[in-house]
Amino acid sequence: MTATIADAHAAGTRRVSVARGYRFELVKLVSQWRIRLLVLTCWIAPALFVAAVSQQSSLPVDTLFGRWMHATGWAGTLVMLGFAGTWALPLLTSVVAGDVFASEDRLGTWRHLLVAVRSPRRIFAAKALSSLTVILLLVAGLACSSAAGGVVAVGNQPLVGLDGHLLTPADAAGKSLLAWVCVLAPTLALAAIGLLGSVALGRSPMGLLLPALVALAMQLAQMLPLPVAVRVALPGYAFIAWSGLFTSPAQLGPLLIGIVVSLVWAVTATALAYVLFLRRDFTNLTDDGSGRRAVTAGVLPLVGLVAVTVAVVAAATPATGSGIEQDRVQRSVATAFAHLYRMQAQQLNRPDVTEAQLQATATCNKGGGNLAAQGPGNDWRCVISWHLPDVEAAGTAIYQLDVTADGRFVADGDGPKEVNGYFLVRTPTGDAPNPLWQFDGNVELLPTTRKG
Amino acid sequence: MDALLAIRARGITKSFGDVVALDGIDLEVTQGQIHGLVGPNGAGKTTLLGLLLGLAVADSGHLEILGTPIARALAAPDGVAGFVDGPGLYPSLTARQNLAALAALRGHSVRTTGIDDVLDQVGLTDVADDRASGFSLGMRQRLGLAAALLTKPRLLVLDEPSNGLDPAGKTHVHSVLTRLATDGTSVVLSSHRMDDLEALCSEVTILATGRVVFSGPLSKLAAESRELDYRLRTSDPQAARRLAADTAGVHVDDDAGARHDTQVLVVRALVPALDELVVRLVHAGIAVRELAPVVSPLEAAFLALTEQQEAIR
Repeated sequence: MTATIADAHAAGTRRVSVARGYRFELVKLVSQWRIRLLVLTCWIAPALFVAAVSQQSSLPVDTLFGRWMHATGWAGTLVMLGFAGTWALPLLTSVVAGDVFASEDRLGTWRHLLVAVRSPRRIFAAKALSSLTVILLLVAGLACSSAAGGVVAVGNQPLVGLDGHLLTPADAAGKSLLAWVCVLAPTLALAAIGLLGSVALGRSPMGLLLPALVALAMQLAQMLPLPVAVRVALPGYAFIAWSGLFTSPAQLGPLLIGIVVSLVWAVTATALAYVLFLRRDFTNLTDDGSGRRAVTAGVLPLVGLVAVTVAVVAAATPATGSGIEQDRVQRSVATAFAHLYRMQAQQLNRPDVTEAQLQATATCNKGGGNLAAQGPGNDWRCVISWHLPDVEAAGTAIYQLDVTADGRFVADGDGPKEVNGYFLVRTPTGDAPNPLWQFDGNVELLPTTRKG
Repeated sequence: MDALLAIRARGITKSFGDVVALDGIDLEVTQGQIHGLVGPNGAGKTTLLGLLLGLAVADSGHLEILGTPIARALAAPDGVAGFVDGPGLYPSLTARQNLAALAALRGHSVRTTGIDDVLDQVGLTDVADDRASGFSLGMRQRLGLAAALLTKPRLLVLDEPSNGLDPAGKTHVHSVLTRLATDGTSVVLSSHRMDDLEALCSEVTILATGRVVFSGPLSKLAAESRELDYRLRTSDPQAARRLAADTAGVHVDDDAGARHDTQVLVVRALVPALDELVVRLVHAGIAVRELAPVVSPLEAAFLALTEQQEAIR
């Protein structure tokens, strides 16, 4: 005759709460030297980088806002934001989220963790939240450090926006912060892809590299002359669209679409990772969760998501073709010119003139007029005309434009020399950079706002 | 006689695809017992230990742990601790941090949870603040045991806990397990080291190809065993050889003796025949200086039973 111990002890199963699991996962993450190194690097290196570059005579003019790094400290954090969207954030999400599940496979600690926590659901939640926390800490470091480095090294000066209008220091600070917040959405999408790769690919290094590879593929796609509906529907578009915050009025349409698409990707990829994780058989030592079925179950829904988002964006917006149309280019160039002309007039101590008084217009063609005036290319040419009060004759200036597929352009002044043909202007206080010589701008691919 | 059961398993089966890992397993482990699990590679030991830890659920059969029926995975009641396929440790943390993190995970106060005590029990106090990445296999095993002790288990499940242990480490582990059993904790451990099992376990279960081929006390196993080879060293080997050859049920293995030592006789016998031989040696005035099995009874039974099972299949 036997009896069970339940007669003597009240038995029960107590699961570990998500909060305690979260702390446990954070302890494990922060104890890794590479995570510590990343945190230190993200909080120190951007400040040093921005401060050092701001002191150079040659500025990174090929990066958005790079040409203004001498003028204001707020340009530095935006240069860092552009760099982060291209390289830093995909790599950071790879290292953190792309390894958070795979590391348990490498260490052989899954069974230990399951016995301790007793809930795969809570383990997933704890791991996802802890990796998200570390990623947010790293992004905050990049933002704060680069802003601090710029402001300390250059100063809290007004920032020239992408359409040439001047943002006050407070406005520049607020919009810089908002831009960093906006790129959290595509960062979350990459982090979710990292979680999915970490779950679906197990010990394979491909799991670790997945966010970086996806980000690279998205960047390559943005360089191609894709239809604008496809471009905007990719989860990394918000890494580009934040620049729309720095026009007046802000080009919010593409940015909001990009953020929504990124968040949908973040939710979908996380949900797929969750389902794959719960399906995994942890009793089988040789099974690290990877395999054709896992990869297929992870990839196919995301491919379907691309198709759905493209279809929705195409149906919900007037997006057609590349989005780079002659009238949009003309409007963008003329608007930026008018703002910058006013700035130049102030530099030269001339009477102030408003943008409305200038009535600047641009006439642009492509390929010397032999090609249809649409699409990206470095063969755009614009003639800008403007009027000054009490002067009957219109002024004209010529620009050569290099318009990239994502709508960004660099306008290079081609004369006359007194307006935009030389990189310096002679001011009462000495020579100064000529704001009309070269300037950046962007064509709004989805015309959801009206220029004021 | 009543006995409190820590584990009661009836007809447990578990398959992985086409592979049947456990095929109708019955197992009973009483409170305060150290129960050994033996079997060749692929016999299903780790699968069974995994079921006991709640890592998986049986395809069919009834499993009750600490009085709780286990109907789904990760439903083992509190009080079950241990590890399979090596302890789960995080190499970037020190030994103390590993234990503190585990204690915090379970909601215990790091100060009062007795980390120093369990480190002392397994002999790792000196390396408590060293990172686990630098630990040998034996030290990792001991730290894994410490992690299990931290939960004050009522059922401890250990997979090959003696792997990589040096003699001092083995002594620490054995003393810890013995003390736990004395205090009422049930211990189920698997091992390929028969000497460890014989030293620790009161009962063993032998698995072969997913089936139980023996389960019970070690003494019963010895009684069920076939004849064993014994090394016999006496004061007069020649006379002892003659007496052995004349004793019913005792067979002298001349080849085995020649291979080892001319002063040593290897005889094959059941225990009663061997007892008779000892009596006759003593009556003849021959001193018995050594009498020991060439292989342990457990190992002999293990080999015999598992070979039989393989032959049946």
